[in-house]
Amino acid sequence: MTARRLPEGGEVDRSRPLSFTFDGRPVQGFHGDTLASALLASGERVLGRSFKYRRPRGIWGAGTEEPNVYADATDGPRFHPNLRVTLEPARDGLDLRSANSSPSARADRLGFLDLFARFLPSAFYYKTFFWPNWHVYEPAIRRMAGLGRIKPSSAPLPDGDQRNHHCDTVVVGAGPVGIAAALGLSRSGESVVLVDDGSRIGGSLLFRSARIDGMPGANWLAAAEADLRQLGVTVLTRTTAFGIYDHGLIALNQRRDDGPDRLWRVRPRRIVLAAGAVERPLPFAANDLPGVMSAEAALGYLRRQAVLPGLRIVVATNNSSTDEVAAAMTAAGAEVTVVDARQGRRVARALGRRMVTGVVLEDGTRIPCDCVLVSGGFTATVHLHAQAKGRLRWDDARLSFVPEAPVAGLVTVGAAAGHFALAEALAALPETLGLPDVPVADSAPYDITPLWPRPGQPGRVWIDLQHDVTAKDVELAARENMVSVEHLKRYTTLGMATDQGKTSNLAGMALMGALTGRSIPEVGTTTYRPPFAPVPYTSLAGPRGGSRMNPVRRLACEARHREIGASLGDYGGWLRPAHYGSDDSAILAEAKLARAAVGLFDASPLGKIEVIGPDAAAFLDFIHYNTVSTLKPGQCRYGFILAESGVVYDDGVLVRLDDHRFVVSCSSAHVAGVHGLLEEWRQDRFPAARIAIHDATAETATLTVSGPKARATLAAAGIDADLSDTAFPHMTTRWHGSGEAALRLTRVSFTGDRSYEVSVRQDLAPPLWDRLAAAARAEGGGPIGIEALMILRAEKGFIVIGKDTDGMTRPMDLGVSGPMKAKKVDFLGRRSLFTDEAQRADRNQLVGLLPADGFGPLPVGAHGIDLSGTTPRSIGYITSSHPGAALDHPVALGLIERGAERHGQEITLHHLGQRRRATLCPPCFLDPKGERLHA
Amino acid sequence: MQIFSCPFCGPRPEPEFHFGGELGNHRPAPDCSPEAWAQYLHFRTNPRGAAEEIWLHIPCGELFKMHRDTVTMTALPGRALGDQP
Repeated sequence: MTARRLPEGGEVDRSRPLSFTFDGRPVQGFHGDTLASALLASGERVLGRSFKYRRPRGIWGAGTEEPNVYADATDGPRFHPNLRVTLEPARDGLDLRSANSSPSARADRLGFLDLFARFLPSAFYYKTFFWPNWHVYEPAIRRMAGLGRIKPSSAPLPDGDQRNHHCDTVVVGAGPVGIAAALGLSRSGESVVLVDDGSRIGGSLLFRSARIDGMPGANWLAAAEADLRQLGVTVLTRTTAFGIYDHGLIALNQRRDDGPDRLWRVRPRRIVLAAGAVERPLPFAANDLPGVMSAEAALGYLRRQAVLPGLRIVVATNNSSTDEVAAAMTAAGAEVTVVDARQGRRVARALGRRMVTGVVLEDGTRIPCDCVLVSGGFTATVHLHAQAKGRLRWDDARLSFVPEAPVAGLVTVGAAAGHFALAEALAALPETLGLPDVPVADSAPYDITPLWPRPGQPGRVWIDLQHDVTAKDVELAARENMVSVEHLKRYTTLGMATDQGKTSNLAGMALMGALTGRSIPEVGTTTYRPPFAPVPYTSLAGPRGGSRMNPVRRLACEARHREIGASLGDYGGWLRPAHYGSDDSAILAEAKLARAAVGLFDASPLGKIEVIGPDAAAFLDFIHYNTVSTLKPGQCRYGFILAESGVVYDDGVLVRLDDHRFVVSCSSAHVAGVHGLLEEWRQDRFPAARIAIHDATAETATLTVSGPKARATLAAAGIDADLSDTAFPHMTTRWHGSGEAALRLTRVSFTGDRSYEVSVRQDLAPPLWDRLAAAARAEGGGPIGIEALMILRAEKGFIVIGKDTDGMTRPMDLGVSGPMKAKKVDFLGRRSLFTDEAQRADRNQLVGLLPADGFGPLPVGAHGIDLSGTTPRSIGYITSSHPGAALDHPVALGLIERGAERHGQEITLHHLGQRRRATLCPPCFLDPKGERLHA
Repeated sequence: MQIFSCPFCGPRPEPEFHFGGELGNHRPAPDCSPEAWAQYLHFRTNPRGAAEEIWLHIPCGELFKMHRDTVTMTALPGRALGDQP
């Protein structure tokens, strides 16, 4: 309980207090605090538990690199897992729960796990919990280990917001170098977006003293902020540039106070990467104890939020950056001891159980303390450069990987380029960016001596705080030959999870190098991939969730269907009546009504692709399996379109309206596919042909009247055409009326009964529906949904492509081999019908199946089995099964091996462990002679 | 997200496009050998590096030819199907 808020200083507003709770205890803070700074100021040190061993952990850093402390937050009705406390401003009323703890970080029930740490090395779980298999143990282990929780009762998060943006330059990082670059480029006429993940711009100027252009850093920053505003630079704070994608796209995630996160997709001409650097820990035993902190982060908390992290502070370092830290802590009233590896003094281990109480140096000196501020040097934040496939170079003087050379469209500057001293970073700008006039700073040069984890170091030396990887785990990986850096990562989980090893990767590589006699650049880095920091799914998804993900298409008569209680469902992307009324017993009743009298069916989604032009007939002869050109105007023909593999791609009725105009009626779910196929072959094979293809599906509604009373229904609805069988025979089409309200009547049947399709411009469909529905009711019938239609077509043996066929089904398997033998011209898929595979005698063929065991409908998906061999063998399966409507028994269709020659035979079916018996029959159960078409 | 250039509509974002296959996979004559037909149906060169491809720009419905590099991801502006070469 030694960190405390100073009575004055910093950028917090002491006149605006706020409070939130953490693990149930109240925490006080001020406007200007982050959650982390308020927690730190509260004096509580144990703010989380580690991922694997449940070790007590405190705050390490002050930004995206924080490995230890994150919390699940309840904010009113909403729940946010894994909130990053170092990045979120403190807010009144938040209820935070620490990660990996139960019931609280302070008193974690599973804290004893650390006692067993020596039995829990890397890959312990996979080596131990494999009998009978890992999945037995996985749920319990995941409950113990996981990061964050999901709360299903949370109110839905609001949709994320997304923006597309274009500009000349995006500058990533608004420290002094990023600001100088943005100002210079903007003055030279470029449009600039300046991005920083902090709540204010300024970077190190917000907490480090500097002199730029002869003035104090804070004054220069104030002037620069005014200049940025005046120049119109777009400044985005609390915004993380998390990924570089193909063709120069950079993705930004902006966290906002007044709404959900916003995703920016920006396409600049150039990206200037000024993302700074991340401080590394030092390798000593128990370096994970609460109270051991990044020196740079601690300086930030002191200068920005006036939080002094301890009263007796040890500054352990190997570089010059801590000089100012030690001086600042001393000035703020702490007793400071510096342990500098450059002078040969190194910490061997930290003392303490729940928080640090002292350190022991390698020379045996004991120093009591309540806080250890650590700097192991800086690692340049080169992620975006590496994501853009830029190469890295090891800088042996600065002890960091730095960009080797700029990649196209991206240049790295400042600390991200390894210029850890401000003067040096600014001085490099004229050359790297071609800027004539940049600020000049005075600063001490950066000086560092190597201090990496060493093989065999005593005690538990933490490498990766977030995933609980110690030096011993890296040594184990080396012993088990996981020496490639990518294997090391996967075997030990070093560098995984939300912080992606920002503080830990380099120490892991250095140790692996030392263990295997290689230098750090020889060990190399793992692949850098987006995202640089966690991005909420709501931001990536934007407004495309729910019904906007894939909007359903709607019928012109939807309101009519709803009025009479239709149960609507998604069928092939269209919202269609499944049946009328909420009870699905209506399905069979509707089918019986259509058989006995008349059914009215909204068939509007049926494909209606018009192919128009003098060459249309020749074109469709190539597209269709069946011959098209012999069709006379006004006639219709049922047929197939094949894929080049010979497989049946779609079926439907082709209508010839006149010499040069056809309508391809494809299945409603295949309209886009058939349209694309037609266009593809027109452009590729018939480029000079006089053909226009127009998809008229959406603009045309089709209402189908089917049943013995169909003709009477049309007449009763006032369609006063001559509907006699001589004037209007089956499989013909004709126009009724003229102008915009003209009806196209087509006499085709998908039920086996006399049927008429009435097509009309879609906006004129609702009144037509009213007339037909009234007439159908007067004739003793009524509306039917698509489920009833499925019964009717199955009774007649009419197939649905993709349901009653599969990716092997060729037209001969459906009993249609005429065109293959007789058609004179080449057509799509023709050559495939003459392959050995297509000609095999034991192919699965369409058959009807009737239950032969006295039980109910056969299950869809049941396999026919051949029991003659030693093990049962599948001989095909059932594709459709329905109760009868006109018939008093159930019917089924299936694809069965040699089915066409086995009519009358009984086979055994197997389904979910049960056996059934069925008799094979021709795939038409009702009216094989077709007399009902004319009834 | 990549930017492709339709010869009719200009540069547009990747989701507007659909891959149409490798350029030069010509349909053999109707009486070709089974091997030639299998080659046409199933075999692709799938090159590493420079690739000549057919793409479809979905909003305008036009197929076109495009040179693309499968390693560097660069994509040259598309050419109409009828353009030579």
